[in-house]
Amino acid sequence: MRTLEDLLAEVEAFEGMAPEHLRLIAGCARNVVFGDGEWLMREGDAADTFFVIRTGAVAVSTHVPQHGALLIETLHQHDLVGWSWLIPPHRVNFDVISNGTTHAIAFDGACLRGKCEQDPVLGYDLLRRFSAVLVERLQRTRLRLIDVYGHVPGR
Amino acid sequence: MCPAAEAVAGGLAPLPYRLTGKRQETADTWTLELEPARAERMAPFEPGQFAMLYAFGAGEAPISVGASDGASGRMVHTIRAVGAVTEALCATATGQEIGARGPFGAAWPLADAEGADVVVVAGGLGLPPVRPVLERVLAERERFGTLSLLYGGRSPDDLLYRDALEEWGARPDMDVEVTVDSAGADWRGRVGVVTTLIPRARFDPGRAVAMVVGPEVMMRFTVAALRERGVPAERIHVSLERSMKCAVGVCGHCMLGPEFVCKDGPVFPYTRVERWLGVPAL
Repeated sequence: MRTLEDLLAEVEAFEGMAPEHLRLIAGCARNVVFGDGEWLMREGDAADTFFVIRTGAVAVSTHVPQHGALLIETLHQHDLVGWSWLIPPHRVNFDVISNGTTHAIAFDGACLRGKCEQDPVLGYDLLRRFSAVLVERLQRTRLRLIDVYGHVPGR
Repeated sequence: MCPAAEAVAGGLAPLPYRLTGKRQETADTWTLELEPARAERMAPFEPGQFAMLYAFGAGEAPISVGASDGASGRMVHTIRAVGAVTEALCATATGQEIGARGPFGAAWPLADAEGADVVVVAGGLGLPPVRPVLERVLAERERFGTLSLLYGGRSPDDLLYRDALEEWGARPDMDVEVTVDSAGADWRGRVGVVTTLIPRARFDPGRAVAMVVGPEVMMRFTVAALRERGVPAERIHVSLERSMKCAVGVCGHCMLGPEFVCKDGPVFPYTRVERWLGVPAL
């Protein structure tokens, strides 16, 4: 039987993490399953959880008045979902809905924040790892802003 | 049936080709099927080479080859109507004639890719120029390692070759990942830039050959992601676009530094053009 630590060790964002830190964060985690169309997060809710997707996919979206849901991005196996738990005011900014069945690991944000406060080495390590994810998402967003397929010179 | 068919290598005089079929791919993009209208025909094309298509009275444009059959001379081109010439080409009716000359340019390095994992990254209208690569690898499947197609589009409505994507995606010997930059809530596929597909695509970076085609900025970020994954720069190839006029390396319209994109390219090893792609004025 594989433990949560084993599963987390396979996730890119936690690659090379010290075993004692993996053990600490696994203590704030549990396995969860979402059915098709089920909500993982709702815009405006308290951001007390983040997820690592084990299998499946989720859609990050927002509601546009008189238009409906606008799909922003999809996230997939081993992606991290949610970082508002880390930064005040700890409110969810976008809706996240399961596309099909999604197996994930859910982390209790308050539990993790408490452990980070007690252990600054763990706190720095986690912040560094989340920063890398944030930078990657920012780069993706910038690339989309360029609208690379919008203009086609020549053929 | 054309009597005494004669293949002619790329020159300056267009040969007459007749439009035998036409399919609308997206709101502004059409796939045209052409056959030689007389005995003379263009010589067979290698994957990655291009033709100059001539809409009489409008002008000539370089068009990549989506498929070509050396025996019958049949050609398939997918064209986005974005200017006077491409609009005239897309407006051509079945049965009408256009001019064509070719084949021109350097082909994808399929011989070098034998035994290697083949990674094809296409963005937007970049899918047609790599379709012959995919067809060739699938036809000679045992000669190659894994085959991955990573395809990105602006939106679901802009995706080309939906039927082929479905067919390729169902094959056990090929991985197909499609993503779009934006989509409505009814889209069940991936949303995100094409580079997001690279970290988890199934290939061995140490034995991969990558072929990348799409808008230049998309290729730049894609090459960076491939290198980050571990694909050696010298095994990454790109297909470039420039304003091509003569297509035979004479007029200089398409020059990128010292390279004639029409003659030395359009397919280049990335390392050969990397320094020129970074020069803003070129």
